[in-house]
Amino acid sequence: MRRLANVLQLGIKELRSLWYDKVLLGFLIWTLSFGLYNAAVSQSTELRNASIAAIDEDGSPLSQRVLGALRPPEFMQPVFIEFAEVDPGLDAGEYTFTLHVPSGFQRDVVAGGQPALQLNIDATRMNEAFIGAGYIQNIVTDEITRFVQGYRGESVLPIELATRVQFNPNLNGVWFGGVMELINNITMLSVILAGAALIREREHGTIEHLLVMPLTPGQIMASKVWANGLVVLVAAALSLIFVVQGALGMPIAGSRTLFLSAALLHLFSATAMGILLATVARSMPQFALLMILVIVPLNMLSGGNSPRESMPLAVQWIMLAAPTTHFVSLSQAILFRGAGLSVVWPQLIAIASLGAGFFGVALARFRRNIAVG
Amino acid sequence: MTVSPSVVACVTGVTHRYRKALALDDVTLEIPAACRVGLIGPDGVGKSSLLALIAGARRIQTGNVEVFGGDMRNVSYRATIARRIAYMPQGLGRNLYGTLSVFDNVDYFGRLFGQARAERRQRIDALLHGTGLAPFRDRPAAKLSGGMKQKLGLCCALIHAPDLLILDEPTTGVDPLARRQFWALIDDLRASRPAMSVIVATAYMEEAERFDWLVAMNDGRVLATGSPTELKADTGTENLDSAFIGLLPDDKRAGHRAPVMPARPSQPGDAAAIEAEDLTMRFGDFVAVDRVTFRIERGEIFGFVGSNGCGKTTTMKMLTGLLPPTAGHARLFGKPLDPHDLATRQRVGYMTQTFSLYAELTVRQNLVLHARLFHLPREQIVPRVRKLIEQFDLGDYVDALTASLPLGIRQRLSLAVAMVHQPEMLILDEPTSGVDPVARDQFWELLLDIARRQGVTIFISTHFMNEAERCDRMSLMHAGKVLASGTPAELKASRGVATLEDAFIAYLEEAEGGQPSPAPRAATPIETDTGPTPTGFRLPRLFGVARREMLELWRDPIRLAFALLGTALLMFMLGYGMTFDVDELRFAVLDRDQTPESRDYAQNIAGSGYFIERAPLLGLDELDARMRTGELSLAVEIPPGFGRDLRRGRPVEVGVWIDGGMPFRGETVRGYVRGLHYQYLGELAIRNGMISPTAAAEIEPRYRYNQDFESFNAMVPDTIPILLVFIPAMLAALGVVREKELGSITNLYVTPLNRVEFLLGKQLPYVAVSMVAFFGSMILAIHFFGVQLNGSFAAITAGALLYVTATSGLGLFMSTFTRTQVGAVFGTVVATLTPAFAFSGLSSSVSSLQGMAAVVSDIYPTTHFLVITRGTFSKGLGFAELTTQFAALAIFVPILTVLCVMMLRTQEK
Repeated sequence: MRRLANVLQLGIKELRSLWYDKVLLGFLIWTLSFGLYNAAVSQSTELRNASIAAIDEDGSPLSQRVLGALRPPEFMQPVFIEFAEVDPGLDAGEYTFTLHVPSGFQRDVVAGGQPALQLNIDATRMNEAFIGAGYIQNIVTDEITRFVQGYRGESVLPIELATRVQFNPNLNGVWFGGVMELINNITMLSVILAGAALIREREHGTIEHLLVMPLTPGQIMASKVWANGLVVLVAAALSLIFVVQGALGMPIAGSRTLFLSAALLHLFSATAMGILLATVARSMPQFALLMILVIVPLNMLSGGNSPRESMPLAVQWIMLAAPTTHFVSLSQAILFRGAGLSVVWPQLIAIASLGAGFFGVALARFRRNIAVG
Repeated sequence: MTVSPSVVACVTGVTHRYRKALALDDVTLEIPAACRVGLIGPDGVGKSSLLALIAGARRIQTGNVEVFGGDMRNVSYRATIARRIAYMPQGLGRNLYGTLSVFDNVDYFGRLFGQARAERRQRIDALLHGTGLAPFRDRPAAKLSGGMKQKLGLCCALIHAPDLLILDEPTTGVDPLARRQFWALIDDLRASRPAMSVIVATAYMEEAERFDWLVAMNDGRVLATGSPTELKADTGTENLDSAFIGLLPDDKRAGHRAPVMPARPSQPGDAAAIEAEDLTMRFGDFVAVDRVTFRIERGEIFGFVGSNGCGKTTTMKMLTGLLPPTAGHARLFGKPLDPHDLATRQRVGYMTQTFSLYAELTVRQNLVLHARLFHLPREQIVPRVRKLIEQFDLGDYVDALTASLPLGIRQRLSLAVAMVHQPEMLILDEPTSGVDPVARDQFWELLLDIARRQGVTIFISTHFMNEAERCDRMSLMHAGKVLASGTPAELKASRGVATLEDAFIAYLEEAEGGQPSPAPRAATPIETDTGPTPTGFRLPRLFGVARREMLELWRDPIRLAFALLGTALLMFMLGYGMTFDVDELRFAVLDRDQTPESRDYAQNIAGSGYFIERAPLLGLDELDARMRTGELSLAVEIPPGFGRDLRRGRPVEVGVWIDGGMPFRGETVRGYVRGLHYQYLGELAIRNGMISPTAAAEIEPRYRYNQDFESFNAMVPDTIPILLVFIPAMLAALGVVREKELGSITNLYVTPLNRVEFLLGKQLPYVAVSMVAFFGSMILAIHFFGVQLNGSFAAITAGALLYVTATSGLGLFMSTFTRTQVGAVFGTVVATLTPAFAFSGLSSSVSSLQGMAAVVSDIYPTTHFLVITRGTFSKGLGFAELTTQFAALAIFVPILTVLCVMMLRTQEK
């Protein structure tokens, strides 16, 4: 009871300190509102305005039909160029794709000669190159198929494909980007807030003051976890409601309460991680660098940026030790796929145990290092 | 006001405010030249503000300040006379660089004043010998004692032989011997250069006696000026302490009286409150506390007297359980010291040396917080807090933010907080340091009251001899050792001297080997700089700053290691992990047909290499459930009669469900499935001797620059721009703001150093370190990851140089306007993380960006350097093809530098 009261009182102090630091608050609000919105709307992974150049040596109705099908918003209007301009254009990055229609193309198609179209792709633009190439192949195949069908007087293919996209039917990248940005920001904020709070107490000498009172390091840490966690949780909830659901217009498939409860658990482990980093670093400059070294892989490798199953196994294993990996996976499940507790419980357990682990190690280090000054 | 040559500085109608607080209130003053001028008065009356204004370190708000007959508002005039002024700010070693050695510190200042190598050496040697610092020339400044730090500060101030020396409380917290030596140095210096003016602020009235001319200040106003003799005569007092109190307005003086010491009723055989036996504390090979033994009885006021850094604080920390002693024992209330014993802490109140209450809470909040933390019963909290507010006379400040309180009041609050749980013992670490005489006396009255009336044991450390005089018993400490213990009278008697200060000095001299103090002398007269005054931009000064910054980075190996090894580590993580390949996708089939045809269709997908087949689905509910868990990225439903219809040429329809939760992956899966479907149709037609319309033409995709289209080859070069944005920016971000927080930024304000030299000089080492990181990552990329560099190495190196200059500049920019380190860290994260990942073309193409993101992307250096790395690594390009990107980076750098220079202040507000 006494312990809980201590943790409560220290936490309230923590909230007051945060309230006093208006720069920090401003930062918090910015990242979870405008920052998030901007990153989300720009960060779409769908194909948009891809640049393409065409070399039309055939000049036939078919070639015009094929090239005419490459249209905004996915593609910019194709630029017609000469064959010799292909390499310089690709080198300079003017076009991501060039499509070469050889002369006699339509004639060969009709004659069943199976002529080839040459598609050059700038592979350095991984994402765009990859999705764009698929798009172009499908669009071109569709156009040629229709042309041939019209020519042969057929109307249907022997097997039709009925494609249904589940959970996000339009493959809206903004929704996804918004949710992932929210997750990244939640993690980053908790790590920085909790870690910096501890470093600041140490740099200002208040930590010693606390340690000579009848308080234990565990209580001091717990107070930082709950207070900073609470602030981020409230901010994240508001951001989810007003920015992600409101401004970005994303429908949430599953239970908001379940997501926020999971977020609460995630905050525990992220703040504990922040404190752990703060016990490793001796000063703010060290903490700042250490934090970057941790945040960047968390951002990139947790499965929010690229699919986890495609990463090398070693990375997949290592990233299991990051709470964000589990949080990203359960957020996708709850928010997009409408999964319930029966589906996400393993992730919840993983986050909780990782959090407890971080907290435990941080506590041990805290006792050993900070207390000793 | 006309300025006569005998006036060094002339202050007219100067008023200075910090937000609402008035620091200087219409001060008008003429300070005579070529003599020692003392500024006396309590803390927080505006002495420091006045000195900073005269030195040019602070911006003048209202009024005029003229120094050497010129206007200090005028920027170019300030730059001209910077070399004639030396300013040593308040605080031990505040403008020094703790990790740098004694020599490097002085050397840095010499470089700032543009002295050539030989001249610098000669001057440094003379100064270090003169101040007795020569034996310590390689010791880091942070490891010097307080007195030595101040001597070093003086060396740094004197390196350019100034005509006006401004010292802000140079001897506060310094032991009496070092203090005496310090003033002897100044006297010698004045003897060799009689034209030099010295202005000193001090809290020690006995020091003020030595000055030629005094300015007594209170509440931002000048009370009186004149020689010490005149001031004493005017007030009819015998010493300056009383003279000052006599000068105070009546309402301030009211209630002041020197504390009377009621004798302590002797209680022989009293139980000991603290017993320390051979307490020792070592930090590495440095012995901070060396076999300290003492015994404090209950109800006693026991003093620990010694200079800063002599081990007082460390001893106290050991007694509070904050530091476990390396050797020896201590007993509190008869029980062995146990840091984990919370019950003992309930009986002890502790006040740390630096103010350690929460500045962002109000007085009442601080008191209530501590009352709750000590678990006072709920109903007692309010009365207890009220009583403390009354007892410690805090009534006027109850709801004021603690940060806004004058130092004396803060110390009273600290004491009140330490008393909140009615402890039996108080451990007070220099509670009166920096507090003015009146407030100090009030504070001691409280202590006496607590000790005598409430029977609380008080263990107090101080460097004021008149306070030591009031203790029942005391220990003299020096360099980690107790020199002597006893009552003040005993100590004086044992050395046969009249004052405690003399006794202490006698003990100190004895401790330093029996010989009289080394009597440092500024023997070599220091020549005045006569060279032309270099204002404008000077390269040597820039290199001076760069050299110092590099040394500091060098002495912080952890930061350096994070920067270099961190880069490698991140490269491994990202190079291996970051991938835009989409494969290993899990799918399952709901085969309602179960014919060879349906199995053939499913096999077409399973055999493609992109997909891994999972256990078949039995129904739509299962399909839904397994997609919901995320197990399946793709589900295929083959309708009943599929095989039969296909054989009969009747059109059939296959249904596929794709998980769109992750749009990028969903998009790719959709592309795969359609492609595989068309491929299947093509094969089907061939089996029937036909050509499928879907196979009427072939599309030959050629992935240029990366034939196998492995994201590995593309990702590894891509990590380089990412790494080289975060680490340089973060390194540089704390560069300026840390100096602001720690105080050494003053050196920018008062030396000829200008902003461009300062910023570029700071940036240079970070650019150098980042380039090392760049070469390291190139080696890793090429030799470890085996990625080929097809293009020009020179081009990518030049690009990297421009790029890290830009990114470290970004960090510098953040730190020019933030005030705290946390702020700079946050700012840098905001300015780098999202733009570098999302707006640079790393994951989504730049051409697909819209709105603000597109604008940021156009300007942001990562966008351009990413093109350079991709161009040189994969496309085999060189300078000629990448001119646009080089131009963009080359324009970004100077613009950012100009912005930094504009945002950086040349004076404190």
